[in-house]
Amino acid sequence: MQRYLASRLLALIPVLLGILIVVFLLIRLIPGDAVQLFLGTQVEMTPAQMAELRRFFGVDKPIYAQFLDYLGRVVRGDFGVSLRTSRPVLGDIMQRLPLSFQLASLALIVATVLAIPLGIASAVTRNSLFDVATRIGGLLGLSIPNFWLGAMLILVFSRYLHVSLGQYVPISQDPLGTLQSLYLPALALGAAIAAILMRYVRSSLLEVLGQEYVRTARGKGLRASAVMLRHALPNAMIPVITVIGFQMGYLLGGTVVIEEIFALPGMGRLVLQAIFQRDYPVVQGVVLIVALLFVLTNLVVDLLYAWIDPRIHYG
Amino acid sequence: MPGSTRVFIMDDQEHASRAPEAPRLGVGWRWWVRRFLRNKVAPIGLVIIGASVLIAALAPLVVPHDIRAMAPQAALAPPSRTYLFGTDEFGRDVFSRVLMGSRVSLVVAFLSVAAAVVLGTTLGLVAGFFGGRWDALTMRAMDVIFAFPAILLAIAIMAVLGTRLINLVIAIGIVYTPQFARVARAAVLTVRSLEFVDAARALGLGSGRIIRRHIIPNVLAPVTVQVSLSLSLAILSESALSFLGLGTQPPTPSWGNMLSEGRQFLEIAPWNAVFPGIAIMVVVLGFNLLGDGLRDLLDPRLR
Repeated sequence: MQRYLASRLLALIPVLLGILIVVFLLIRLIPGDAVQLFLGTQVEMTPAQMAELRRFFGVDKPIYAQFLDYLGRVVRGDFGVSLRTSRPVLGDIMQRLPLSFQLASLALIVATVLAIPLGIASAVTRNSLFDVATRIGGLLGLSIPNFWLGAMLILVFSRYLHVSLGQYVPISQDPLGTLQSLYLPALALGAAIAAILMRYVRSSLLEVLGQEYVRTARGKGLRASAVMLRHALPNAMIPVITVIGFQMGYLLGGTVVIEEIFALPGMGRLVLQAIFQRDYPVVQGVVLIVALLFVLTNLVVDLLYAWIDPRIHYG
Repeated sequence: MPGSTRVFIMDDQEHASRAPEAPRLGVGWRWWVRRFLRNKVAPIGLVIIGASVLIAALAPLVVPHDIRAMAPQAALAPPSRTYLFGTDEFGRDVFSRVLMGSRVSLVVAFLSVAAAVVLGTTLGLVAGFFGGRWDALTMRAMDVIFAFPAILLAIAIMAVLGTRLINLVIAIGIVYTPQFARVARAAVLTVRSLEFVDAARALGLGSGRIIRRHIIPNVLAPVTVQVSLSLSLAILSESALSFLGLGTQPPTPSWGNMLSEGRQFLEIAPWNAVFPGIAIMVVVLGFNLLGDGLRDLLDPRLR
């Protein structure tokens, strides 16, 4: 396991490097250089002053040297400063990150809680009316745009049910208040994941139920519930865990859209605001942090998978 | 390497990346059409998609109102016989705008997925067929693209490139390229070791000929399934980007930007947000149904 862990960590290095290269190059694609972006269009400067500033920012160096500079700064936790507020980017992100992370996590919980029982029930009652209805529900869940679902939830809850959604409060102040402000956004964000998971649980369980060891368990006279709980479900859930983990990317990306529609002050709104203000260091920082988070959750899921599945032995 | 398990990003992909059905000899297209029609969901999906394409193509001829015609006296009018889906804040007909909005959504989706198919499948074919260092390099690059949540990468690309239609195609195309590379590579790897490929090689056929005659026909099945599913995701991506203001710009109607505008009047004129969303849902459902059906048809192990 330790060697597996080491090899997985080692394999991360090229991916992390690739992420940094992409995030670094992304900003280079914009016409004009960092100095012009920093100054905007209002400030008039002599070429000599521009050159001085370019040296100051280090953008007069060749591109690989600039990348190494960037790499060095990122490793030390220096993500640059916002072009609008002059505050360190990383601090602003860290302030907004908890909300987005809580939203994504809650969405994952909502999706899992909905999907696993429904998927199991659907598989067990295969081809029944319930199964067909659940599968149609699953297909609809996959097809509904999350931001539209969000808008419809707002409409139904505020206009027809007169439920106020409440302002976001940090979890340290009032956990219940956090939950109250996030459950609808989490539902909007988690619906598609619930649909994916449910379909996965269903097909995974159906596959396991067709296996010989399940037939053997039945054959030796075990009660149906014991066959299900002891033999079928644990094995069916193993691949599902992997799928759950990999939805974190969709969820982290989806928070941008969901935060916008529910007016939640998270990382997603930070990046959107930055885009419209052409505040590129902030955009760069958020994209980098989210990609890193995604890669890390994938790693954790992989390790979890290796730990849970007794068939997998990593040298 | 992560490549082995990371294929599971979405359930659909995992299924699609499995080996295609062994080639059937002497089965003509009639046999496939019969099987397609016997499938429960695929024909429904195809009908939905066909109708949407038809509507998009004929929209300028069939819309009851000019989509730019403003009627201040009829602003935010509820659905009626004159305005089937009501009107927006400028008194423009929502029904006509929903019909016209299908054009941007479908054009962007088809073009971006076409770009992703060509680029991704080529990369995957070459990587899988030749293996070695080229394979490692290509697939690591695909891993890197996969390390970004799809919508966030698309948002970042749009933010940098600007909100032109062609940039939407580029952004969404890049995001969905790795899936095709993986699906194609996985299929090549399973096919490459089969006997008929060895036989072709032993007969002295060149790589190009082997790829064209033997590999591509076998890669086609999983790629076709992936195309349908990617189209549904591309429609969702385009509408999300336009919703955020990073995609199609007003006054050109797209379902995403209509929803964004309609949101401001959600409480007093919900039809502005409701109908574009339903339009997205129906078309995406069509592609999902077709994709599901094709998967059942082409990958018999999943029934």
